[in-house]
Amino acid sequence: MFLINCPYCGERDQTEFSCGGEAHLERPKQPTELSDDQWAEYLFMRKNIKGIQYERWNHTHGCRKWFNIVRDTSNDKIHAVYKIGEKPPVKI
Amino acid sequence: MKKNLRIANTKFIDQTSRISFKFNGKTLYGFKGDSLASALLANNIHLVARSFKYHRPRGIMTCGSEEPNAIVQIGNDPSLTDPNVRATEIEIYEGLEATSQNCWPSVNFDIGGINNFISPLLPAGFYYKTFMWPASFWEKYEYFIRHSAGLGKAPKKPDPDLYDHQYAHCDVLVVGGGISGIISAKLSATKGLDTILIDDKNFLGGSTIYQENSSYKINDINSNKWLNKEIESLRDYPNLIIKNRTSLAAFHGYNYLLARENLTDHLSYNEKKDRIRQRLWKIRSKKVIIATGSIERPLIFSNNDRPGIILCSSIKKYIDYYGVKTGENISLFTNNDSAYETALSLNKSGIKINAIVDIRKYSESSIVKEVLNLGVNILWESTIVETHGYKRIKSFEVMKLSKDGNSVVGSKSKYITDCLGISGGWTPMVHLFTQSGGKLKFKNDDNIFVPDENKTPSDQTSVGSCNGDFKLNEIIGNTVENLKVFLDLNKTCYDDMKVICPDEKTKRNIWLLPSDKPLYKTKPFLDFQNDSTAKDVKLALREGFKSIEHVKRYTTTGMGTDQGKLSNMHALGIIADTTGTNMGELGTTTFRPPYTPLSFGTIVGRNVGEFFDHTRRTAIHDWHIENKAEFENVGQWKRPWYFPKNGETMHQAVQRESKAARDSAGILDASTLGKIDIQGTDASEFLNRVYTNSWSKLAIGKCRYGLMLNEDGMVYDDGVTTRVGDNHYIMTTTTGGASNVLSKLEDYLQTEWTELDVYLTTVTDQYSTISICGPNSKNIIQKLIPDLDLSDKNFPHMSFKNSKIFNVKCRIMRISFTGEHSYEINIQSNYAKDLWKKSIDIGREYNITPYGTETMHLLRAEKGFIITGQDTDGTLTPSDLQMDWIIGKKKYDFIGKRSLYRSDTIREDRKQLVGLLTDDPKEVLEEGAQLVENINNKPVEMLGHVTSSYFSPNLNKSIALAIVKSGKKMKGKKLIVPMENKNISVTITDTVFYDKENKRLNA
Repeated sequence: MFLINCPYCGERDQTEFSCGGEAHLERPKQPTELSDDQWAEYLFMRKNIKGIQYERWNHTHGCRKWFNIVRDTSNDKIHAVYKIGEKPPVKI
Repeated sequence: MKKNLRIANTKFIDQTSRISFKFNGKTLYGFKGDSLASALLANNIHLVARSFKYHRPRGIMTCGSEEPNAIVQIGNDPSLTDPNVRATEIEIYEGLEATSQNCWPSVNFDIGGINNFISPLLPAGFYYKTFMWPASFWEKYEYFIRHSAGLGKAPKKPDPDLYDHQYAHCDVLVVGGGISGIISAKLSATKGLDTILIDDKNFLGGSTIYQENSSYKINDINSNKWLNKEIESLRDYPNLIIKNRTSLAAFHGYNYLLARENLTDHLSYNEKKDRIRQRLWKIRSKKVIIATGSIERPLIFSNNDRPGIILCSSIKKYIDYYGVKTGENISLFTNNDSAYETALSLNKSGIKINAIVDIRKYSESSIVKEVLNLGVNILWESTIVETHGYKRIKSFEVMKLSKDGNSVVGSKSKYITDCLGISGGWTPMVHLFTQSGGKLKFKNDDNIFVPDENKTPSDQTSVGSCNGDFKLNEIIGNTVENLKVFLDLNKTCYDDMKVICPDEKTKRNIWLLPSDKPLYKTKPFLDFQNDSTAKDVKLALREGFKSIEHVKRYTTTGMGTDQGKLSNMHALGIIADTTGTNMGELGTTTFRPPYTPLSFGTIVGRNVGEFFDHTRRTAIHDWHIENKAEFENVGQWKRPWYFPKNGETMHQAVQRESKAARDSAGILDASTLGKIDIQGTDASEFLNRVYTNSWSKLAIGKCRYGLMLNEDGMVYDDGVTTRVGDNHYIMTTTTGGASNVLSKLEDYLQTEWTELDVYLTTVTDQYSTISICGPNSKNIIQKLIPDLDLSDKNFPHMSFKNSKIFNVKCRIMRISFTGEHSYEINIQSNYAKDLWKKSIDIGREYNITPYGTETMHLLRAEKGFIITGQDTDGTLTPSDLQMDWIIGKKKYDFIGKRSLYRSDTIREDRKQLVGLLTDDPKEVLEEGAQLVENINNKPVEMLGHVTSSYFSPNLNKSIALAIVKSGKKMKGKKLIVPMENKNISVTITDTVFYDKENKRLNA
């Protein structure tokens, strides 16, 4: 059970949050111009990395804000937390 | 049998307070401070249970949480009984009633004991192998297997006890109150850190506290006296919390730990009444010090499971701590020096030591010499090859070991005994370290797994014997050195300690001791609780199982309620020896929480009964109760299902309500519908993106139905949204979908469409909704609000008015989910019940009839309106629902649009929504029933299923909605609904059954 440092509220228990899966999957601006394959890539394909993964989290039982974290899925260590729209840290 | 084996007064047992308890119906006595096990042993009772598979007689084997045999059922009320309680852990109290498990009719005479004699027929994997064929017999086998499976008896009534949860935050958590834990707690507290020390016993000090032995000295005084002074000094620290009878259950990531505190299990019935039984501590600690110690290993030889065979260290504790002798003619069997401590304790208490069998060639250490000087007969380089005695050990046979230890040599000699102590060395309790994600390393010298300090996942450390330090001087020295770094200390009160202790020099370990008989004729038990032997492990290896995880599951070694605390190391050792692998490479099976079993009551705490989940009630709920509504759970909401009158059945009530709503007037509490207030300059654009249809041209004061999809193109939610201002909308959602829809919309606004100026607020609870429908609804509304112009011109269908009822502001929408002329009044919730009552009063002359969700569903089904979640299941597109009209073709984009023309979503043979009419109009289909075309072509192809089905009183016939493969093209086609005892013939129709021209909306 990890502790997450919500960028708006501070450090809270994991039970207050929900995970929204892989981060930085931008919704295509013009979906109608995509082929079936390209659209399927956006819609269905996820990396599910063992190791450093960029994830979306929501402070469901708190400020209800979405933000991103960088988590090592092999040991749950959180390396960075940053707001939506901010650039992800390059070096972990 | 009747002997008092209580030999000494110890300071831990209060011999002035006698306690009576019952074991297997017989009244016995013990003293305050006794465990059930020590009290039974004091009464000369060793045989307490039967083993799981062979029903062999089993006795108390240990004195702690690792006990595999002595598990008992507690309580006399079978509906509230507590199974699988370890007799070694429970403290006796006045009125305690315990019974043996897994035996019938009694522990002394157990019919299942026959399994022992046919045990050659019951090898590992017996059940897997035997009951595989013929496959069709499984149902018959299962009946018998279920009867013989399981330990203890589960209680039949809800747990009557009270449980609690509590959070704790601290700087340092010390787990274990033995000598290393006490030192750790003191060092931490001295530094001023907020410290919690927990221990599962009712006393602190571990095994050192009853070590009455002058061979162990700290600063010139006996180690137990020294430790006692240390424990006393802990009381001086206000920043140190000590929790006894508290066992650590789980160690999760980020130093989040769960501990169970036992508050009343040791108290008499009167004392425990109305008190919290157990408290689950949820601890976040910045640093964790694990000081869980080690447990003694048994030795693996033939018939090593007889009652009276006890771990050496446990015999010592029963004497030194409880003052109970476990026998009068005791022998010991060991591979290390610690058994000699037991010998000294026995001697001091005047108990005869028959012989000590030691597999080592010799031991030079001082403690062994001390025992030798007492004249005890020590049989060096020898092993026990067999034991005798069915319900209690009577004798054992000894032979010399060969040099390599693989076989025995020479002649056999027999020794009479009534208790045999065994010691196979010590196993560090590394459970918590590995639960937290730590990795172990193997120490070949001691044959132990210890924490790898380089693979520690969080801010924690292990000290004492759980870290592989067994000698007193090492325990103290290494603990202090370790904590200097871990807690960043310079000088401590434990620097320059003078520690004297015996030094063990000779080691010898044989995982499976040899016998003069071939292996298949012996019974060397590994896992005492699950009755698996060394033979079973070897058989599994022969049959091709290589991974230890597989061997474990195949033989069930280590899978009992004790989780193999005693057996796992030997199983690993035998696998390593047999396969020629190094144990370090073999690794261990996974240690999973909880460390000791937790009752469900502790896990759920106060979240039981009405506190299990929230119950949401509308503002009008009390009126529904007064008027005898039956309720339906919709999400967390309680919604009136129907309002039976004069003993009506549900069918009768629903038929009456449905007829009344269409003939005159019905009233529905629709407050549970989700309501989201949407404001902002981009609100219209936002709706364009989330709904399939267009919203730009919706005039202020108008309402529109919208369908919301997922990005995969499947229908997600629906509802009517009203434009109340230029930049202001009120969206309604389904009752069950309200919070998910809000979350989803927030997600898009916060992460994808950050450029939009839109704000969402849930107002579901703030506004209550009363829906009045039927041909007389207009008259009723007019009487409620005389000055509101209700003409179709001023207030047409799908429009909205701000108004006031009795001077309270309200919003009135003329929208309809029934197909009737209908109004929905939204009013602040605190006025809702009043408004509801007034509407009923005013409507009485029109026979206004309150109706519930069942009638609502029936009325909308007559109109072919879908209910998302009932007629849809996340696999249907708008086109599948025959709702192509709601797709804004000209819209550039909306959620799910691109998916509507994926190759899969444009298939014509998708399942599609249709109407169904039964050939027999009285026949009502079952929702969920399958639809087929031909029942003779086997396998029969399932074409779809019924999603909604009712008897319509307004049409006087049965109607249904269904999803059917290629349904759109099948209008008029006959299908069959096969039921258990009949086949029902149906015809596919249009989805709208009633008022196809929508004339009644303006009636």
